[in-house]
Amino acid sequence: MRNREKISGNVDWVTVMIYSILVFVGWLSIYTASAGEDVSTLLDLNTRYGKQLLWIGFAILLAGLILIIDAEFFSTFSYVFYLGLLLLLIGVLIFGSTVAGSKSWFKIGGFAIQPAEFAKFATALAMAKYLSALNVNMRALKTKVISVGILILPALLILLQNDTGSALVYFSFGIVLFREGFSGLLFIAALMMTTLFIATIVFSETLVISAVAGIVFIIMILFKKYRKNWKPIFGIMILAIAFVFSSNYAFENVLPAHQKNRINVLLGIEQDLRGAGYNVNQSKIAIGSGGLTGKGFRNGVLTRYNFVPEQSTDFIFCTVGEEWGFIGVSVLLILFMTLLIRIILLAERQRSKFSRIYGYGVASILFFHFTINIGMTIGLAPVVGIPLPFLSYGGSSLWAFTLLLFIFLKQDANRLNVL
Amino acid sequence: MHSTDYSSRKNIIIGVFLLVAIIFIIRLFYLQVINSSYKLSADNIVLRKVREYPPRGLIYDRYGKLMVFNEAAYDLMVIPRQMKDIDTSLICEITGIDKLTFEKKLRKAKRYSYYKPSTYMKQISKKDIGKIQEKLYQIPGLFIQTRTLRQYPYPIAGHLLGSIGEVSKREIEKDNFYKPGDYIGKSGIENYYEEYLRGKSGLKIVEVDVHNRLKGKYSNGKFDTIAVAGKDIFLGIDADLQLYGEQLMQNKKGSIVAIEPKTGEILALISSPGYNPNLLVGRERSENYSKLLKDTLIPLMNRATMGTYPPGSTFKMVNALVGLQDKTLTKYTEYGCKGQLSLPIKCTHDHKTPLNLSEAIEQSCNPYFWNTYKSILENPSYSGSHEGYEHWYENVTSFGFGKKFKTDIPFEVRGNIPNNSYFDKLYRGSWNSLTVRSLSIGQGEILVTPIQLANLSTIIANRGYYYPPHLLTKMEGQDEVLNPYFNEKQITSIDPDNFDVVRTAMLDVFEADNGTARWYKLDSIKQCGKTGTVQNPHGDDHSIFIAFAPMDNPQIAISVIVENSGFGSTWAAPIASLLIEKYLNGESQRKSLEKKIMEGNLLQGDKNKRQH
Repeated sequence: MRNREKISGNVDWVTVMIYSILVFVGWLSIYTASAGEDVSTLLDLNTRYGKQLLWIGFAILLAGLILIIDAEFFSTFSYVFYLGLLLLLIGVLIFGSTVAGSKSWFKIGGFAIQPAEFAKFATALAMAKYLSALNVNMRALKTKVISVGILILPALLILLQNDTGSALVYFSFGIVLFREGFSGLLFIAALMMTTLFIATIVFSETLVISAVAGIVFIIMILFKKYRKNWKPIFGIMILAIAFVFSSNYAFENVLPAHQKNRINVLLGIEQDLRGAGYNVNQSKIAIGSGGLTGKGFRNGVLTRYNFVPEQSTDFIFCTVGEEWGFIGVSVLLILFMTLLIRIILLAERQRSKFSRIYGYGVASILFFHFTINIGMTIGLAPVVGIPLPFLSYGGSSLWAFTLLLFIFLKQDANRLNVL
Repeated sequence: MHSTDYSSRKNIIIGVFLLVAIIFIIRLFYLQVINSSYKLSADNIVLRKVREYPPRGLIYDRYGKLMVFNEAAYDLMVIPRQMKDIDTSLICEITGIDKLTFEKKLRKAKRYSYYKPSTYMKQISKKDIGKIQEKLYQIPGLFIQTRTLRQYPYPIAGHLLGSIGEVSKREIEKDNFYKPGDYIGKSGIENYYEEYLRGKSGLKIVEVDVHNRLKGKYSNGKFDTIAVAGKDIFLGIDADLQLYGEQLMQNKKGSIVAIEPKTGEILALISSPGYNPNLLVGRERSENYSKLLKDTLIPLMNRATMGTYPPGSTFKMVNALVGLQDKTLTKYTEYGCKGQLSLPIKCTHDHKTPLNLSEAIEQSCNPYFWNTYKSILENPSYSGSHEGYEHWYENVTSFGFGKKFKTDIPFEVRGNIPNNSYFDKLYRGSWNSLTVRSLSIGQGEILVTPIQLANLSTIIANRGYYYPPHLLTKMEGQDEVLNPYFNEKQITSIDPDNFDVVRTAMLDVFEADNGTARWYKLDSIKQCGKTGTVQNPHGDDHSIFIAFAPMDNPQIAISVIVENSGFGSTWAAPIASLLIEKYLNGESQRKSLEKKIMEGNLLQGDKNKRQH
């Protein structure tokens, strides 16, 4: 079964190539954002670009290691990884250090590790392991509860660390569940709930409720068949009204002020160019000023002179936008899309259900990060601090995404060995 | 359970991925390609336009002595937009103001503009600015702008040099060269030659980071413009003579004007009491200005160009010249004088009778000039005294009386030579030479300025012509004279030959045994002069003296007026003579006279009067 000689030949080099390009672009952007006028050595550990070079080196070692290790290793020890990470997530709540308001870091010497980043791949493994078990019935309520439980558990622990962004990532597993047969209605319901939620905040409770009632009324008049079968329609209506009330209450009373503020700014209810809106505004200006072709490498003055906050971590996309322009970001988006679709197609060709589900998990997590991170830099998503995969500065996130991707590549390389 | 049942869902998932990517692409296309406002905002954030102030042109005297120069001063500027999370107490500490004043200043700056820099504190000294500079990096939104202030090595000539001050709103609207807080020449030479002195300001575009720290030039300075220094100008003024004249005039009210007859260049333009031009500089300007404005001796008024006086006896020479030109008078013409009993004008001087023209000028005989004047107006070649008067009027105005010279002299007034229609109105048409007899001895409606009197002296020195009296001689980088009018010879209606008798008489004023200025005769210089005493209905008579020297090659023509000082020969004549000696010999040998004049205080009476 083991065939090490074949591994290099079976590894999907397209994905590896895209991964390498993304990591390289990320490093260039970190370099341009953090390097001063004269650079003596690239491996200067006092600088971000120097450190990132080191993290990239470790990431390559890590990737190589994963490709060498037996493919079965990860599926076998899925639950061990999962439980281990859960323990670390609990541990960080007790022993962790607080950085930028989130208690999610273990400080070891001069370096800090963020368990939440690694919890993603562990959860993907656990989800794949659970759903690929032979005796699992997708339609059973028990399956649904357990699979949702698998993703809710780390999400809650991360939420307790006050790291909302990373917690929200677990919503992305919805895509995996959808692919594995969860009802599409759930997602339609989720879409409707989102719409209602936004409408409630933007307009008012009463207006939204009257609108819902109005729509139901019109349906009743226009379609005779629903008049006879009114019970489900009314049920949905009552649920919708209840949701509106509860979400409004939650928004006003439960959500922390800064989150509420960010959502308000995003929805255009508040114009706050100094507070929550400042980052996004600066970020939009930086990207917008890039124009069609960009200002050129190391000429992105806004990002270089620190006008965009967090420009080497969460807002790294701004650097690309300012220095490489619309053409540059388009190439970057195409690379990301190619990677995501490639992963989906690779997942679909897996013989093993575990590999497929894990592959979808990888795609979903990457997609969520991609959407929220880029969305927030261009003012389409709320500012929740999550990194752009492979590009953002930071060892934890780079290693976690490398692990996530290369475990899948190992599974894929090994697919022909699966009976 | 067949997993293949759901494999088609991959298409939906891929579709969602692509949808997000397409939305992003559209959004980015809008942000980066369609909407250009982000590029402008980016420039606003990163680029700061720094105005480079050119040094203002320097002002030199006729010998290249520096009269006005520049000294660096520092303004603290504020950009309200960049004032975020500032340490108010630190600002108050380093700039030495309280919190309330700080907030008031900031509000004012915000009212002007949120984004543009405005002045927060003006004209900070070098010492203070050092302290501020040390801490400045801690306060975003504040920066230092270097400006220049005027300084004067000699505390003289405030009136003619004028001063600079901050531009007013009106001046900004009129000329877009200026920005709020800029300096502009407000008066005198500073004002007249403003467009040459000011130079051209430069614009440096620099990049700053989020902490407002300078990061470098924008596009390597491709769009920067360099400040061009203002042009230096040279005046005809002799700074030493000006200083000497001001010293002679201290504690006296009056004026001195000295002109170089060959060119019309003004050598000295003194109005007393004057003021030290250094008082009207910098932060103290407005305070000192209002102090000067309130002074009852009106030091801000330039008496040399704005003061108008009846010319008195000095005007007798004009009437003599007109008579000679008309041939109604010759140098041999004699008239009798009955002294106090003379009619219609009595004579206050004690002298022989009858006397000829030369003696009459020397003795300033009133009846003689009444007769001269009468024969001019009643010249049989005219239809009557009205036409005669008109003819006289034309002759007199050809001397420059009754009009402005319209050169670069600050604050000139016309004076007054009444014309026919004035008298027609006043006397309803019925008037004759007797009615306007006062004009024969330079009294009555005639008003002249000290500069016009100096010009009269110039005309006599030149035998019949003058150049418009002016201050500028040369401008840096300009070979020709800026204003050709300054070099245009103005010829009076009097023939050169007719001046001889007047000039000889003026020489006798110094040289003859009974000359009215005989005490001030010099062996080394042939001086010509004429005293005048102007009756002053408000108090003591004004003392007037006009002179030029040396007689055969006149280098200096001068007029001196000392208000309320009595007879012309007591104060005005010695002052004129000392100035002539100083100018021609470089120094006066008559130290005791010099001392007596300088120490003479004619304001004592004024002060006493004011105290009552």
